[in-house]
Amino acid sequence: MSRELTYVTAFNEAVRQSMRADPDVFVAGEDVGAFGGVFGSFKGLQEEFGEQRVVDTPISEQAIVGLGIGAAVSGLRPIVDLMFMDFICVAMDQIANQAAKVKFMFGGKATVPLTITTGGGASLSAGAQHSQSLEALLCHFPGLKVVMPSNPYDMKGLMVSCIRDDNATVMIKHKRLLGLTGVVPEDLYTVPLGVANVVRRGPDITIVTYGRMVGESLAAAETLAAEGIECEVIDLRTLSPLDTATVVASIRSTNNAVVVHEAVRFGGFGAEIAAQIGEEAFDHLDAPVGRVGAPFSPIPFSPVLEAAYLPAAADVVAAVRTTLGRTVRS
Amino acid sequence: MRRNANMRSSERSPVVDLTPQLLADMHRRMIRIRLFEEAAGRLAQAARLPGFLHLYVGQEAVAAGVCTAITDADQISSTHRGHGHLVAKGGDFNQMMAELMGKATGYCKGKGGSMHISDLGLNMLGANGIVGAGTPIAVGAGFANKYRGDGRVSVAFFGDGATNIGAFHEGANMACALKLPVVFVCENNEYGEFTPRHKTMAITDIVDRAAGYGMPGVIVDGMDVVAVHEAAVEAVDRARRGAGPSLIEAKTYRYYNHHGVKNLGLAYRPDSEVAEWKQRDAITGLERRLIEAGLADADALKAVWDAVGADIDAAIAFADESPLPDVASLLDDVYTEARS
Repeated sequence: MSRELTYVTAFNEAVRQSMRADPDVFVAGEDVGAFGGVFGSFKGLQEEFGEQRVVDTPISEQAIVGLGIGAAVSGLRPIVDLMFMDFICVAMDQIANQAAKVKFMFGGKATVPLTITTGGGASLSAGAQHSQSLEALLCHFPGLKVVMPSNPYDMKGLMVSCIRDDNATVMIKHKRLLGLTGVVPEDLYTVPLGVANVVRRGPDITIVTYGRMVGESLAAAETLAAEGIECEVIDLRTLSPLDTATVVASIRSTNNAVVVHEAVRFGGFGAEIAAQIGEEAFDHLDAPVGRVGAPFSPIPFSPVLEAAYLPAAADVVAAVRTTLGRTVRS
Repeated sequence: MRRNANMRSSERSPVVDLTPQLLADMHRRMIRIRLFEEAAGRLAQAARLPGFLHLYVGQEAVAAGVCTAITDADQISSTHRGHGHLVAKGGDFNQMMAELMGKATGYCKGKGGSMHISDLGLNMLGANGIVGAGTPIAVGAGFANKYRGDGRVSVAFFGDGATNIGAFHEGANMACALKLPVVFVCENNEYGEFTPRHKTMAITDIVDRAAGYGMPGVIVDGMDVVAVHEAAVEAVDRARRGAGPSLIEAKTYRYYNHHGVKNLGLAYRPDSEVAEWKQRDAITGLERRLIEAGLADADALKAVWDAVGADIDAAIAFADESPLPDVASLLDDVYTEARS
């Protein structure tokens, strides 16, 4: 049976049902206990599973991730929460030098079934240290899997996949999407990691995006449809491993592409996607790949500045028009 | 060395209180470490080992004293100076030597090397190239032990320098806050890389930090394997019965440079200091006491050195004859594949 759930409730349900199904799954992080976690992500879990399985930790991001690694290599399936994605910078040694590499460094003899959860993204006036989209940093480390759902259905299914995966995964919730509602089955189900989703079909141009920018891109596609431009929109869902095949297949039919993300454009994950499109589908492109991302600046506080900073549907519309205006056939 | 009034030694505790088997075990583990490391040093000098080499020579009593106080099921985390911990935990010379040479038969199939050598089967959770980083991982292993209620404990080995890095602080505080079965073992060898300890911290004894986390701390003579062992038994027992973590500070010394095989003529430490510490060598000290107590004679002790030496020779031969990794294995084990 399905019913409407919010994005954050879908996350919570994925954790709850996984904990019911597997006694090796536990949660540790700051304020995850009686408080229920920042954003209510872990609400009610300590009540159901007790303090041993839903563990309030000190404000110690390195040790939170280290706790997860040590417990994971010892056979448990930890979910450790880092509240805000900005805090991965505090924990980066444990994430990048330890969790990502343990299996490889030990010749394959260790498994690290660890899920790191965190809240990314801007638009809440949370300022420069509580709003970032740092997924490109994480994708640069072989050994990690990086997941950014755009809707409640994918959130639940992807989170279950993260928990069941035998690798270190990072589940990035977008803070602005927490209240987004959608149809979510009650059953425990999975959405596979590493598989993109074509969320709108169209012959004219492919918009490759993920996370909150899926919604903005779909809104842009509506606007453009009124002008007779039909966009195909791909929700990557997982950034690492990247489903390059789905992206390339789409571009072979549309011959144009725009890559959209909320993160800073310079050095952003969109650069990798654009480069792969160039490598795999250059002969099919009618124009250079367009990119939409945030400007090269820390994220401002004041709502008016933050709104000006963040990419939105109008920027996607403009980028599509620009890209199509540059086609060699136009 | 400066003698600390609070430092525990076993000088006045009769060696015969410990079983002859246990003393022989500690003796053998120390010799295994010493000879493995000296062999590795010779190979490095002959340019036969790629990469960095951080030798454990001088500190043998710490690993041997602690690892004889725990079981195979107990986990340890280690440091960049990690060979000694793996040997003391029961590490296999062949796989160790092969790993140091970057061979396919090494513990990590040539993917890790000296700084990442590990044996999960022995619950040795890896040497670690990042100072202090093993501490939170040992805390996580301790968490798993408490979670399962299986009675296991974890031991975090780290140096004096690691107590200045955030990961140590976070791990120690978390272990104490969650009352986890963890033993923190600081090998205070007086130097953090190439800088004397007194230049990098305003305290003399690392153990002073224990009170800040709410755990007991004890200083032991790290050149006295019996004293280390006794302190470890106490701390492990405390952890196993659910009373929480402890900190052991072992005052010890590395005979060689931070890395490599140079030991004298170093700009940052006087040669005379090396000579003073060698006067207190842990293996020599134990052998003298074993003879004085009538538990061994010189021939019996020499037989141990000879036997371990033969094992080392065999390990070098094994590693020499082992194949290099197939380049086709380059991208293996980046990820664990999904179970079908």
